[in-house]
Amino acid sequence: MTRTGAPRLPGALAALMVAGLCLGTLVPLLRGAGEGGFGAADWAALRFTLLQAALSALVSVALAVPVARALARRRFPGRGALVTLLGAPFLLPVIVAILGLLALFGRGGLVNDALALLGLPRLSIYGLHGVVLAHVFLNLPLATRLILQGWLDVPAERFRLAATLNAPVWAVIERPMLARIVPGALAAIFALCLTSFSVALILGGGPAATTLELAIYQAIRFEADVAGAAQLALLQYLLCGAAAGLALGLAPGAMGGAGLGRAVERWDAQGRAARTGDALAIGGAALFLLLPLALAALRGVGGLAELPPEVAGAAGRSLLVALGATALTLILALALAMRGGHLALVAGTLPLAASGLVLGTGLLHLLRPHVALATAALPVTALVDALVALPFALRALAPALAEIEARHGRLADSLGLTGLRRLRIVLLPLLRPALGFAGGLAAALSVGNLGAIALFAAEGQATLPLLMARLMGAYRMEAAAGVGLMILVLALGLFWAFDRGGRTRAAA
Amino acid sequence: MLRLEGLELAQGAFRLAADLSVPRGATVALLGPSGGGKSTLLAGIAGFLPPRAGRVLWDGRDLGPLPPGQRPASVLFQDNNLFPHLSAAQNVGLGLRPSLRLSSPERERVAAALARVGLQGLGDRRPAQLSGGQQARAALARVLVQERPLVLMDEPFGALGPALKAEMLALTSEVLRGRGATLLLVTHDPEDARALADLVVVVAEGRASPPAPTAAVLADPPPALRAYLGPPA
Repeated sequence: MTRTGAPRLPGALAALMVAGLCLGTLVPLLRGAGEGGFGAADWAALRFTLLQAALSALVSVALAVPVARALARRRFPGRGALVTLLGAPFLLPVIVAILGLLALFGRGGLVNDALALLGLPRLSIYGLHGVVLAHVFLNLPLATRLILQGWLDVPAERFRLAATLNAPVWAVIERPMLARIVPGALAAIFALCLTSFSVALILGGGPAATTLELAIYQAIRFEADVAGAAQLALLQYLLCGAAAGLALGLAPGAMGGAGLGRAVERWDAQGRAARTGDALAIGGAALFLLLPLALAALRGVGGLAELPPEVAGAAGRSLLVALGATALTLILALALAMRGGHLALVAGTLPLAASGLVLGTGLLHLLRPHVALATAALPVTALVDALVALPFALRALAPALAEIEARHGRLADSLGLTGLRRLRIVLLPLLRPALGFAGGLAAALSVGNLGAIALFAAEGQATLPLLMARLMGAYRMEAAAGVGLMILVLALGLFWAFDRGGRTRAAA
Repeated sequence: MLRLEGLELAQGAFRLAADLSVPRGATVALLGPSGGGKSTLLAGIAGFLPPRAGRVLWDGRDLGPLPPGQRPASVLFQDNNLFPHLSAAQNVGLGLRPSLRLSSPERERVAAALARVGLQGLGDRRPAQLSGGQQARAALARVLVQERPLVLMDEPFGALGPALKAEMLALTSEVLRGRGATLLLVTHDPEDARALADLVVVVAEGRASPPAPTAAVLADPPPALRAYLGPPA
């Protein structure tokens, strides 16, 4: 057969590029590993990493199900804003999120102050439950969005059919849908929680609560044990690769029997108990997510007066890097989504296995002999940020593209719409909402990401997160909170602009 | 002439064999039970399904190497015949120019085709702003401007009411016969065949029979079709 369907060659090139960058960074790790032993502390780090990730995933998804169901079946003012906001904590610079959680649950936080007023003992946010709390805060919104998508993808006709038949919606529609969506959501969050270095650094630590990444950092920072760090890094790489592969393997594909996209109407769950439960789920989730954000923002407002003069340049560089990373992410993700199959799956998984810092280190080694690092700083940061965002962008694009192909692919083939023409006339217009969402993800992740830039940037080349880190290092906490607020506004603003741009004028 | 030469199609465990010829200009109903392979046969002719064996020939030319878009065939599916993000006129225009860069005479042809199917003035509407019957008309208008000698229809009006369906079938027959197109229409309803088709191909039990005159087939159905139609009224 001659070619039909979406173009495939760009995907092969994209996969080649991604694989080259991700696997290239493995070489120095392989060279360094195998020289040190694997001690009890290393095993403890492995166990803790798995335990906290599993708990975080379970709690996030268990809480997300009632919230997603409530959002799926209720209409109320502010619902759209809330759904957009659900994208926020995932995009939130992790350090800013932790700042907010500390303001709420920390030693001098609101919750502990309230407990003290009631004469109750104070809670500590440090250790396993603190790490899980932070991970639930960061991932509950993602879990909710994933599961909400599952609900909204159920064709309206099915709910009508169930209503007509007086069939139990839970048994005939919702449970099968959840059985299909939940494993993928669990695996995705598990994988994400394996690599959140900042959470473990600030809320974990000690023999009982050290993750692999934290152990790597400590091995390099305090023991100068490069061989041990390489060994741990390799283990982390394999672990994340396996978890990410599982997550993408379980990704819910396009669903059969697509509806006509009417507003979801429901005839069940009109009772007072169901309404109250839904209100509690939505209200509770909103409070849990908004309060720390508001507290972080409040601290930031106070810090705005303390902002150093170099903040404007840093904001400009952050924006530039974010837009470059977004463009690259979207091109790579689109190429891979059109290619599909195992190649796209592997290429979309590899960046999850390598953290931004590992990627940056690899590139540093590669580039140092050839280029002045200061020259390479911003392009390399954009490149690394693009790779880090790629798995998420692909996850947003691939199912949307698969559904478009399932629904319109044969029509496009029969009309001779192949290659770039198919892209221009069919795929890009119909992918607009998914592209907007994916672009928003990439831009916000890049704005808040402190990774490669720290390895490369010269004086006067800082982006906002690096500036924030430097201010914190100099104990200028007020100013750091102010920069944190700027990062927050820029990240959310970019996500909103992209997501919004994709959804308005989108085809019915 | 459409010739299916020792054609064997496979979809999963399902197999379909066809060895038959359809004369140019004929209107043929592909009749048989659901799951009998009617849509599979159409997909094979349209080029969506590469054959396991045999060839599909049009006027003696092997269509095997041609992708669907380059075959001398227009296709109407059961649903999703229009792109939801394009206007009716753009959807029709795709039949003339897949690049959608239409010259002004081409735009006039599109407008004429829309008028021919009763959609004058509605070219700017998107499918969501059209009724089911109007959507079917827009899809038919695209078949018109494509001017391909072979038209393949897979129960394209199945979702419409009986009166609307009969009207659309009549319109289809009227606009296509005028230009000598060969029409292959998948249907599970013998009345469609009776109303429209000169010939019937019975597709059942993994085999597509050679075309036979509609009246004769329906008056004395072969056993496979008799089982599907039930006892004569």
